[in-house]
Amino acid sequence: MDYNNMELMICLASRYLEDDSIVVVGTGAPCAAAMLAQKLYSPRLMIMFEAGGIGPLLPSMPISVGDSRTFYRALGASSMPDIMETCQRGLVDYTFLGGAQIDCYGNINSTMIGDNHQAPKVRFPGSGGANDLGSLCWKTMMITPQDKRRFTEKVDFITTPGYLTGPGAREKAGLPPDCGPYKVITNLCVIGFDDESKRMKVESIHPGRTREEIIENTGFELLWVDNLEESESPRKEELAILRNEVDPYRYIIGRE
Amino acid sequence: MRYYNDLVKERSVTYKPAGKGKIFTNPDADRARLYFRDQKPRKMIEKVTTVRKAVSEMINDGDYIGVGGFGTNRIPTAVLHEIVRQKKKNLGLAGHTATHDFQILIAGSCINRCDIAYIVGLEARGLSKMARQAVESGSIELTEWTNAAITWRYKAAAMGLSFLPVRCMLGTDTEKYSGAVEMECPFTGAKYLAVPALYPDVGVIHVHRCDVYGNSQIDGIMIADQDLARAAKRLIITTERLVPNDVIRREPAKTVIPYYLVDAVVEVPFGSYPGNMPYEYFSDEDHLRDWLKAENDPETLAAFLERHIYGVKDFNGYLDTIGGIARLQELRNLETMVEK
Repeated sequence: MDYNNMELMICLASRYLEDDSIVVVGTGAPCAAAMLAQKLYSPRLMIMFEAGGIGPLLPSMPISVGDSRTFYRALGASSMPDIMETCQRGLVDYTFLGGAQIDCYGNINSTMIGDNHQAPKVRFPGSGGANDLGSLCWKTMMITPQDKRRFTEKVDFITTPGYLTGPGAREKAGLPPDCGPYKVITNLCVIGFDDESKRMKVESIHPGRTREEIIENTGFELLWVDNLEESESPRKEELAILRNEVDPYRYIIGRE
Repeated sequence: MRYYNDLVKERSVTYKPAGKGKIFTNPDADRARLYFRDQKPRKMIEKVTTVRKAVSEMINDGDYIGVGGFGTNRIPTAVLHEIVRQKKKNLGLAGHTATHDFQILIAGSCINRCDIAYIVGLEARGLSKMARQAVESGSIELTEWTNAAITWRYKAAAMGLSFLPVRCMLGTDTEKYSGAVEMECPFTGAKYLAVPALYPDVGVIHVHRCDVYGNSQIDGIMIADQDLARAAKRLIITTERLVPNDVIRREPAKTVIPYYLVDAVVEVPFGSYPGNMPYEYFSDEDHLRDWLKAENDPETLAAFLERHIYGVKDFNGYLDTIGGIARLQELRNLETMVEK
């Protein structure tokens, strides 16, 4: 079947979002994955946006997490403190994040490259709501291209906490227990996190990709599950809905 | 009275930031109470003015400002342009998902310090080259926070407190470069992060409707504006429509900003342009793209700013440069999805 990397990542991500759960998403691929999940697998999935949108019937892809599409025919049009406090109370199951760098514990940098904070070599937007969502939602997922520059031994700046330095580190820092990175979905594979060490552990390799290719594109040592599988490629009905209903103008899936 | 003043004065020298990041505004709740007691008008009087007067009389060089809305959604563009036109300098900014608002203030070199949650980007639209260069040059003092942290800093101020305990940022470099302090819950022993209240000198918020006294109603998401309105020492409201007081009284549950928080009211139709105004008009993506593109070349950018900001008298002049009522009608149709 013919599909591109972006379509593959969105389809894979959509299968993790259970019915009757709550997800906070941003724009782009995560929003597409949540919309696809809602149309195909989890009709009662509650989609929230950090600026205040609660349960919209999304007519099309939002451009901003605060634009009027994010509360189009919604259940509620609330506020940023309300959504963030809902996360802090432990009611939000999933969130999706992205970033310029990520390490083996799932710590994410979306702030800067360089070592001088006041005059960075490259400045990115910063946390936005990412740190809040990654600190307070139960399970954090990432949809990201995989390469050595991005998957790095040490991130220049920890914007958003993954498992920090390993087991127990989040709790020691004062973050709520039992939450953190859950899956990283890349153009090469699906990665989970090892229960013991909290390090990235490859769970399945995408069709046509190899173990060597994954190693070559990762700046740190990966763990591998024993029964390594091939990721299931996008299903026919997933692609149909993604292309015809979720992203008909190919804003996201056309980026490839 | 004398005791009060001394107390506040004494505390303002003793409060100390603990993180690496500077705290740009004084979080002292008693100092704020003093200001609100003495400077905030209780009289329900007409406050209608012009954008030019509001900016020249209420925003001083060096002030710290908080901008309502969400970057490209329900933003007070007319006031931001006027700040640039009047060449205000050394402003502090709460960079609470500051996207196009940040871009405008950077274009005018108006900012010298910024509390950051989100800057230099325009979400899915990409990054602003001009804003990035300004930040990377080191000319702006930066303190890191998050969207929730800045929201809760406003909330602490709105509650009349000097801080709130929160559970984000812990364990990260975002915490390290913030002005927050770790603390222990006196009841459970849990570790929290204390974020200082944020009382901006000036808040600027664009609303759907408001009366001449400043009683304001917003349709759709509130973002952080209910707290920003209460935290700000001075508050400028721009409104799509000025309405009779009766219209407000018909639906009092919708009034999120009562008059006693408001210092100036200006009617600015299409005032969030090129941003989105829920139920009114969608964002002008073509214009936002043109702006980002103009940043690739300094001369093109200068010409762009001259055409749209410096070369026009006021916000209506700006709307003329982008296609006037015909373009705004298209954006209205886009928002209400008359055409899919």
